[in-house]
Amino acid sequence: MTVDDSPLLPVVDEDGAPFWEYAARGELRVQACASPACGELRFPPRPCCPHCGSFESAWREMSGRGRLWSYVVPHPPLLPAYAEQAPYNAVLVELAEAPRIRLAGNVVAGPDAPLNSVDPARLRIGAPVRAVFCPAGPGGGVTLVRWLLER
Amino acid sequence: MATLKDATAIAGIGQTAFAKRLPESEKTLACRAILAALDDAGIAPSEVDGFASYTMEETDEVEVAKAIGAGDVTFFSKVGYGGGGSCATLAHLAAAVATGQASVGVAWRSRKRGSGPRPWKNTAVQLPTPAQWTRPYGLLRPADEIGMLARRYLHEYGATRDHLFNVALACRNRANQNPAAIMYDHPLTREMYMTSRWISEPLCLFDNCLETDGALACVIVSAERARDCRHKPVYLHSVAQGLPAQHHGMVNYWNDDPLTGPAWTAARQLWKQADFGPEDVDVAQIYDAFTPLVPLSLEGYGFCGRGEGGAFTEGGALEIGGRLPVNTGGGGLSEAYVHGFNLITEGVKQLRGTSTAQVPDAATCLVTAGEGVPTSAVLLRS
Repeated sequence: MTVDDSPLLPVVDEDGAPFWEYAARGELRVQACASPACGELRFPPRPCCPHCGSFESAWREMSGRGRLWSYVVPHPPLLPAYAEQAPYNAVLVELAEAPRIRLAGNVVAGPDAPLNSVDPARLRIGAPVRAVFCPAGPGGGVTLVRWLLER
Repeated sequence: MATLKDATAIAGIGQTAFAKRLPESEKTLACRAILAALDDAGIAPSEVDGFASYTMEETDEVEVAKAIGAGDVTFFSKVGYGGGGSCATLAHLAAAVATGQASVGVAWRSRKRGSGPRPWKNTAVQLPTPAQWTRPYGLLRPADEIGMLARRYLHEYGATRDHLFNVALACRNRANQNPAAIMYDHPLTREMYMTSRWISEPLCLFDNCLETDGALACVIVSAERARDCRHKPVYLHSVAQGLPAQHHGMVNYWNDDPLTGPAWTAARQLWKQADFGPEDVDVAQIYDAFTPLVPLSLEGYGFCGRGEGGAFTEGGALEIGGRLPVNTGGGGLSEAYVHGFNLITEGVKQLRGTSTAQVPDAATCLVTAGEGVPTSAVLLRS
C-alpha cells in the first residue's frame, strides 16, 4: 500500500506480473507471442496477441540497451516524494532490438541514485542508455527498471 | 443506410459563471446550466427524455432528472476518457433522437476543477494499466504525459515553443474579448510566455489549461423541432468517436506512431459522413488542455499535413481573420477548462452569430474533444 508521501510503486496486474518478476532477477523481458508462426513482441502485456489471436505467450529477454525517444522534466506541483526531487527527468526509452517497444523510466547516475541525479542538460533524444535494476518499496519488494546514459 | 447528417440540431445552450472557485455544488451548477439551456431553447424540463454526460461527471442523470423535473427518461449514456468524451455526448444524443429513443436530449458537464482536487493527486485510484508502467517514474500528471509527446513532436518536425505560444496567444486574445472568460482582463505577451515557470519541460505555465469551476449544457432535438425553437438551429452535420488501433489511454506511447493520435481516427469517420471538408470550415474549437494538442489536432483533422501543425500557426493563422480562427471564446487555455464543453457552446454561438469574437458569416464549425485520449468530434453547420 502506497502512502501519500512516499514514491509510487507499480500497482501490478495479472498481465504485467511476469515483467516485474523478471525485473526482480535483473532481467529485462518483454512479452512475445509464443505461436511459432507469429512471435511478435507486445507491450504493455495483455492476454492475447493482437496480430494472430494466440493466447500463448513467452517473455523474451532484451539486451537492456535502448535510446531516448523523448523526455520531460517535471516541476511542482507534484506529489511530495517527487516534488522534493524536482526538477527530475522522466524518459521514454525505445529498446534497441524493438524500437516500437518503449519503456517509461528515469535516467539516473546509478541504480539507486535519486531521480534528479543526472543534469537534464545531458539528455538528448536518441541518446543511448542501458537498463539497471533498483529494488524499491518496503523490503525492496518491487524492482524498478532505470536507465544509465551510455558513454 | 440511415445517416445522422443534419438529422438533429442544438436548440439551446446554457452555462454558469466560470471562476477559480464557485460556492455552489457541482450538482447545483449542473442544474443551473441545464435549466438555462432548456430556457434558451424554449423547451420545458418535463419534456427532457434523454441525457448524456462524461463518466467523470459526478452528478448522475438520476439526480439531474429529479432536480430539474424531467419526465420519463428513455435514453441515458456516459462517455469515458475524460475530455475525450465531450463531443461524443452530442453524438450519442443525436443517435438517440434520430432513431426515436428520445426526443429532447440534454448533454452537460459540471466540474469544480478550480476549487476541487486535482485528479492526479489521488494515489489510491491507480489504474493498473497503464499506470504501473508510468506513474512510479514520476509521470504523474496529464501535463507530464503530453509533455513527452510534445518534446518528440518539436524534435521530429522542427516546431518550436513559438508555435505553442501562437496557440496560447490566440486563445488569450479571444478571451480578452469575452467578458465571461476567466482571462478576460489578462493579456498575454511573448515575454510573459517565454519567462513563465515550467510545469513539465517543454511545457510552461501558459501551455496548460485553466483550473475552473463551472458548468455547461446543451439541448438536442430533431432538426424539424429545432426550427420551431427560439434560436436559429445549429445542425449536427457529422459526429464521430475515435479509438485507434493499439491505442493506450492518454499515454499513447506504445503504438507504432504515437504522434498520430485518436484525432486521425475520428477525423476519417467525421469527414466520410460530411458534405464538406477541412477547407470549408469557417471556425474551429479545438480541445486545448495543452497547447501541443492544437497542432496535433490540426494535422489529425486534415487542416495541414503531418508535421505541419506548428508552421500552420504562423502569421496569425489562428486569430480572427486568419486561415482558421480557433477557440473563439478563449478555449480551455483562457476562457474556462470544463472538459471541453465550452468549446461546444462557443461553436453554437459562432453559428448563431452571437460570439464575442464573431467570425463574419460563420456557417460551419468543427468542435473537437481531447486529443491523446480516445476522442470525439462534431461538425456543426447553420
